[in-house]
Parts: sequence; C-alpha cells; structure tokens
Amino acid sequence: MTDVNLVTPAIPVPDVIEGRSLWQDAWRRLLRNRAALASLIILGVIAFLSIFGPYALAWSYDQIDWDHVEAVPPSLALKHYLGTDSVGRDLLARTLFGGRVSLTVGLLATGVALFIGVTVGAVSGYLGGKVDQVLMRFVDLMYSVPLTFFVIILMVLFGRNFILMFLAIGSVEWLTMARIVRGQTLTLKHREFMEAARASGGSTVSILLRHVVPNVLGVVIVYVTLTIPQVILLESFLSFLGLGVQEPMTSWGVLINEGAAELEITPRTLIVPAIFMTATLFCFNFLGDGLRDALDPKDR
Amino acid sequence: MTAPLLQAPLLQVRDLKVHFPVKTGGLLIGRYQPLHAVDGVSFDLAPGETLGIVGESGCGKSTLGRAVLQLLPATSGAVIWLGQEMTGLSAKEIKAARENMQIVFQDPLASLDPRMTAGDIIAEPLRNYHPELSRAETARRVAELMEQVGLLPGMINRYPHEFSGGQCQRIGIARAMILKPKLVICDEPVSALDVSVRAQVINLLKDLQKAFGLAMLFISHDLAVVRHISDRVLVLYLGKVMELAPRDLLYQAPRHPYTRALMSAVPIPDPALERAKPRIILTGDLPSPLNPPSGCVFRTRCPKATDICAQVEPVRESPAPGHDVWCHHSRD
Amino acid sequence: MPSTRKTADVAGSDTVLDIQGLTVRFETADGEVQAVSDLSLTVAKGECLGIVGESGSGKSQTFMATLGLLADNGRATGKVMFGDADLLTANEATLNSIRGNRAAMVFQDHMTSLTPHMKVGRQLTEVLQRHRGLDAKAALDAVIAMLRRVQIPEPERRAEMYPHELSGGLRQRVMIAMGLLCHPELLIADEPTTALDVTVQALILDLIRDVKDSDNTAVILITHDLGVVAGLADRVAVMYAGRVVELGDVNQIFSEPQHPYTQGLLACSPRLDDALGGKLKTIPGQPPNLQRLPPGCAFAPRCPYVIAACAERPPLRPAAGGGLKACVRDDLASITKAAS
Repeated sequence: MTDVNLVTPAIPVPDVIEGRSLWQDAWRRLLRNRAALASLIILGVIAFLSIFGPYALAWSYDQIDWDHVEAVPPSLALKHYLGTDSVGRDLLARTLFGGRVSLTVGLLATGVALFIGVTVGAVSGYLGGKVDQVLMRFVDLMYSVPLTFFVIILMVLFGRNFILMFLAIGSVEWLTMARIVRGQTLTLKHREFMEAARASGGSTVSILLRHVVPNVLGVVIVYVTLTIPQVILLESFLSFLGLGVQEPMTSWGVLINEGAAELEITPRTLIVPAIFMTATLFCFNFLGDGLRDALDPKDR
Repeated sequence: MTAPLLQAPLLQVRDLKVHFPVKTGGLLIGRYQPLHAVDGVSFDLAPGETLGIVGESGCGKSTLGRAVLQLLPATSGAVIWLGQEMTGLSAKEIKAARENMQIVFQDPLASLDPRMTAGDIIAEPLRNYHPELSRAETARRVAELMEQVGLLPGMINRYPHEFSGGQCQRIGIARAMILKPKLVICDEPVSALDVSVRAQVINLLKDLQKAFGLAMLFISHDLAVVRHISDRVLVLYLGKVMELAPRDLLYQAPRHPYTRALMSAVPIPDPALERAKPRIILTGDLPSPLNPPSGCVFRTRCPKATDICAQVEPVRESPAPGHDVWCHHSRD
Repeated sequence: MPSTRKTADVAGSDTVLDIQGLTVRFETADGEVQAVSDLSLTVAKGECLGIVGESGSGKSQTFMATLGLLADNGRATGKVMFGDADLLTANEATLNSIRGNRAAMVFQDHMTSLTPHMKVGRQLTEVLQRHRGLDAKAALDAVIAMLRRVQIPEPERRAEMYPHELSGGLRQRVMIAMGLLCHPELLIADEPTTALDVTVQALILDLIRDVKDSDNTAVILITHDLGVVAGLADRVAVMYAGRVVELGDVNQIFSEPQHPYTQGLLACSPRLDDALGGKLKTIPGQPPNLQRLPPGCAFAPRCPYVIAACAERPPLRPAAGGGLKACVRDDLASITKAAS
C-alpha cells in the first residue's frame, strides 16, 4: 500500500462544522455488524407485518370460517394462505395479530421497566446515602417475591386486563434495570465531568437529566433489547398458564399453547407462530449483542 | 500570617481540615478512622494572584482545592470568600459563590461529558447561572471565549473524543472562564498533556489571567511548571504546610528539608548538569495519612530529623518577610 | 558505558537487540493505522538507549511489537533480532522463554502489572521456578536477595504482602526486581517513573543506572520526560508520528539538537534553572493524528522552518554532530544562531 492513498491534510480543515457524536459512531458500527443489521431488518419486517398485515388479509383474527369449522389446510382459493386452526380461524391473521399483541406487550412493559428503572437507578446512585439504602432495600424486597406469584396476585386483584398485564410485567422487570443503572451511575459519579458539572453550578435535577441519563443510556439500550424478548416469553408463559390475554384475543404465547395441543394433528398451528416468535427473540438477542459491541468504548 | 497584602484578600483559608472516615479492619465490623487528607492549612490569596500548591501524591493538594470550592465538606476550619465564611452556607448560597470560583481539572477528556458538544460544554455554566440569556447571546459568548482559548469557531459542534488532549483542556479552560470568575482552581491542568502542548496551555492560562484579572490556585506536582506561573508557592506534605514563600525566595533559598529534597529530585534536561548535581535522597515511604507521625510529619524521611522533631510539632518561623516555614531546623 | 560508542544503528558484536525496518499497523474500526513506520534501532550491551516521544509517536508500540505483546488487531512486519532469534517470526514458546527471562519489560502501570490476589514473593519466585528451574527454597532466597538489591526495606516481610499493600514506589521496585530476577540481557522500561513522585523517581532511576553499569544490561528507556533521559541515557532516539526523527549521543541531542522537533521539545520544557519572565516557548499545533498524517514530513505542519522540500518524506540521514536526523534542512544551526 502506498502511503499517499492513506493521507489527508494534516491540520483538520477548520470549517468542519458537524461533529460525530458517540451515538452516531455507535450507529455506524452497528450497521457494519451483519448479524445486527439483518436482525434489525427482520424485526422491521415482522413489526410491519404485525401492524399492517391484518388489514390486508381477507380474514380477521377472530372471524370463524363457518363453512369450514375445522382445521383447513393452506388454500389459496379460500384465502387461508396458511390454513386455519381447529375452529376455522385464519392462522396467518391470528399469528400476525398475535405478533401485534406480543410486541406491544414487549415494548410497553419494557417501556414501563425502563422509565421506573432509570429513574430509581439514577436517583439512587447519584444521591447515595439514605435514599440509596431505602430504594435498594425495596428492590431487594421485590426481588424476593416470586414473579409469577406477584403477577397472579395482581391478576386476581384487578382482573384479567390487557393494560394490567404489561404494567405487572414492567413493574417486575424494572428491578434489574434499576440495579444496572445504579451501578453505572455510581461509576459515573466519580468521573471528573460530574464534578465539573457540580462546580459549574448544576442542580441535582439538571445533572441527572443532562449528564447521568445520557451517559447510562448506552448500557440501558442494550439491556432493553434483552428485556423485550424476556417480556415476550413471560407473556407467553402467563398465557400458557391461562393468565394472559383472553380469547378471541391472542398472542404468540397463546397460539403456541393452542398449537402444542394439536401438534400431532396440525403441526403448522404450532410451527407458524413458533417461527415468528423465535425469529423475533433471536433477532432481539443478536441486536442486543451488536449494540453492546457498537457501544463498547473499548472498541474505539 | 503572610506578608501584608496590598489589597483585601479574595480568599482566606484558616486552619482548614478535611478528614475522610476510612473503614479499617474487618469485613463486617470495621472501625472508622479519620484519614487526615488536609490537616490545618492556612493561606491568603489576593485578587489576581497565583498561589502554586505543590506536593507529591497523597499530600492532599487536590482535596484542598475541592474543599475551597466546597465540592468536599471541610471537617473544621474556615474558607472565607470575599470576607464571607463559606462553611455552613446553604446549597443555594454556595451555588451563588461558585459563580466566581471555577475549576480546571487534570484529565482533559474525563472532565468533559462525552455526550455533549464542545459548545454545550462551554455554555453549561452560563445556562446554570444565566438562564435568562437568549440562545444567540449564549452562542456569541461561547464563540468569543472559544477564540480566546485558541479553538476554531467551526469546532463548536464537535464532541470531546474528536479533540486532542490539549484541545480538550482548552475546552475545560473555556468552561471555567465563561462566567468571568475571580478565582480559578487549576488542579494539575497540564500533567496529562504532551510536553509540546504543555507550554501552550501554561501560556494560555497566564494570558487569560492577565486578561480577566483572575486569581489562581495552581495545584501541581511539577515544580518547574509551578515556578513559571506562580507568584507564591505553598509546599504541602501529608496534609500540612511545610513551607510558604514568594516564588523567588522558595526556589532560590528553600528552607524546609522537604522542599530542598523535592527541588533536588527534579530532573534537569541537560546531561552534564543532571549527572553532576547533588541530590538529597529521601529514604523510606510516605507514611499513611491514617496514622501520621507524631511531631513533624516529615521527620520519618527527613535527613535532619532529631529527637525534638518526634516530640514537638514545629511552629511557623519567618526567615524573611512573607516566607513561612514549619521546621525545627530551618535555621541550620 | 561501552567504549566503542556508535551513534548510527549499525549492528555490532555486542548488539543485544537489532530492529530493522519495523512497521506496526493496527486494524481499527476507522481503517488501518500505521503506528510505527520503517523503524530501525539497535542497542548494545551496557548501553542505555533513551526513546523520547509524545502520545502517538509509537514509542511504546515499537517495543510491544518487539516482545510480541501487540494487541490482537496489531500486526508487525520487519525484523527484530534478539541474539539469533527473530522475535517477529518466533513462535509463542520461544517468545515465552525469552520474555521475563532474557528480555524483561517494566511498565508504567505498576498496579495492573502485578496479579492482585497473589503475594508478591510468590509472583517473583514463580518466574525463577519457570525460567530457571529453581526449587522453591532457592527461588525464595534469590527473590529476597533481589528485593534487597532494589532497596526494598524488610524484603522478607514485603514478600509476604499483596501488591495493594505496597506503595507505588515499592510496587515499581518490585516490578523492576521481577524484571531483573533472571539477569536479562535487555531491560525495556516503558515510562517506569511517570506515575511516581519525583523523590521516588530518583531512586528508581538510580536503580536502573546501577543495573546497566554493574550487570552490563542493555536498557531501553521509553519516556516523555527529557530530564529523565538526560540523566540516564547514552544515546537518544526522538520519535514523532511513528518514526525516528533524530538519533544521537545524549550530549549532542541536548546541546546541539538537529531536528526542529527536538529543538522545540527542549525549548518548551519548563526547567527549574531557566530564565523566568515572559512566555514559555511553544511548539504550535497538536500532536500528530496517525489517521491524518501529511504525505511528507509529519512534523511539517508544526515546524517553523518548513520549506517546499518538506512535502517529501525526509529520510533518516547523517547530521552534524555525528547523529542521524530526518530533516531536509542542513542550515538550521545558522538560523537558530542568528535568531538568538
């Protein structure tokens, strides 16, 4: 290689206006990671299908094909492209609608976890002292309550309610988030730029919002991509126990549950939702890995 | 305590002590012992004056700077800013006082928030203290200051990791200067920089000092750098003042054995001088600040130590006006 | 100091390390970076070669590559002869038998270079047991003797301590003791005193001087501190942007520096004995960014004497005073004299 090709002027041209933030750097690295990029695209496709697919189909998820109240094999003529389930509801429509529910639960519950977790973690880590003690002992306490038990109690108290579902899951998932954010905040707190922020007259709230939260977001985003699949699985598990969404509403978990019962007769009722769900879970995990690599400052 | 100052002092520090509780002993049932980081330091600082604070690692020089700024709570003693006692002020009053006292840190990159642009970093103190300023006015002041510290205006939207160490330190300096403070505490501002950039930053600090009429507390372990920038120099060892003197007196006629040992240990970039110069080798290690020696804290490594050093803490002696030394043997 | 002093990098019979045409490249997310370019240096028995440079000069990477310690994304080409072995092509087993045995390296970061959970004595005896096949008792005796030699008070007691129980100065002395245990032919000290206080630095430098003089060990002293080099080195190589820009006898480098960068470095370092008042001399600009080097002389953007010929890369060539320099201009001496 000749050196001439490598070089550009020594002094950076002064009128380079836009800097490249760490976020932009990370995004660039993420796009260069093939597995993560493929995952991102597949997730996009699945989300698009789940959101808009049901409108494009001839059958809706809760519509029973009264002419064929049995498992119909895939048929173009009947517009059951992937066949129907045992009571004659279109499998594709149900899978796509289930995806909508599963993804919604995943995103909203994670959103709840994110909000509570980051707030509690950042406040606890930054303020330290008694506040930290109280908040973290509360987290410890919550950890010791078995998750399913907690969700079941909520369900019993407030009934089976779609919104309650993600509130319940989110309110459990925030514990780990809070601990992660607190740990990050503790290391941040002793960095010089935090001291600089205090010296330049920043109030606690402004320091938390301006310096703490943006700097913990990297780790938080990675954790979010790993939490979403967890929540989707948890929802499936609850649905499996009959605590999840109610018929005729459905989710991937419910579909897999139903499909498993008919595995021997119509394996496709299990396979189709299972493919969607595992693909989603895989993609989120790959994406999380990719994000972690992209955001890892040691790589720079 | 020192030579009569021509102006009323900007800052008076009186018998300042900063002790940290350190857990010693067992894993669960430990005992808290005080670590004497700063142990009875007093000095005055006049407006526009530079006081160099030198000492080796663990002598408490950084702690002293932070205690003056009230970033760390003092255990006892007083920090008097413009005649007003700072210890015991409310958070709001401290914030108000800090508008006039800023700090420049050692590690240029670590002291800048990696997620903020240079412009936002420099503007932050202004946003905190003058939220009423318009966006355009803030931007104008940031641009003006960037020019003063030698940064190109086109760099305003760049992020810290895109700058070299020297440029990052200029950003840090601009942030400290934007409020036009009366005092800037420089905590080892050039030790993390490359040799070729060090001189640039020292010159910049001197220029800004002249332009703004600042007073500086210049904390450093580098005696040569301190010599170039300070009017007076304070030598710290284990949290206590060993010697405090005008620059020329201290460098030409140091009285304290510790100051002399420090000076003799600084390498000179000249092979003939460096190899021929007499050196005072200090034996032993720095004692633990958890358990400082009795009497004079330096006696365990002092070549001149005698019995009295272990028994009696030395009191201030003034061999010349403005020259204070804390040593039993300073007249030998 | 060896009697036959040579300034040029010609290998002789007493040459311990002979680096020829070393180039080190790193594969990074933003493309390839050449940290060291076509570097040639030799060091002889009983000689101390000082390597001076700033961040990005490649001074550390040169010797990391020499001992096969480059990070995973680094690649070294060229030739590094240590005795009969070419260290760049040697396999891991050969390198392991050389490192810590015939060639030792002391790093700046003495805290992380020692295993935190192992007693100091144990870490040192292991080196002897591995390389010299000594039994535990003999190894411990040798270790205690070495700790005493590096002036560690109460060596028997310190050997029973963990690294964190020692002060920075003591840990650095332990690191040097560890490097010297097998009586290496070559000691590479990478900023050995940068993290230490000046009073402790003096002790460590005395120690290195003693090793060089009494054991005839070749010492490579990597540092940014000109004062340290002045006190210890016999020859000095000044590095800039991955290349040697000046190489010469220590007295010549400090009294009649030939390269504008060396001149600038000497002029801008504050000293305890220089004249006060006025401004410090400076080198304008920033240290080089290896990803954006100019095609010609890397120092040209900061150089006060730049001419058209600087757009071509200057070769390292003989200079006045008997050293080597990588600068096209020969009339600098008269210019600087006229200026002063």
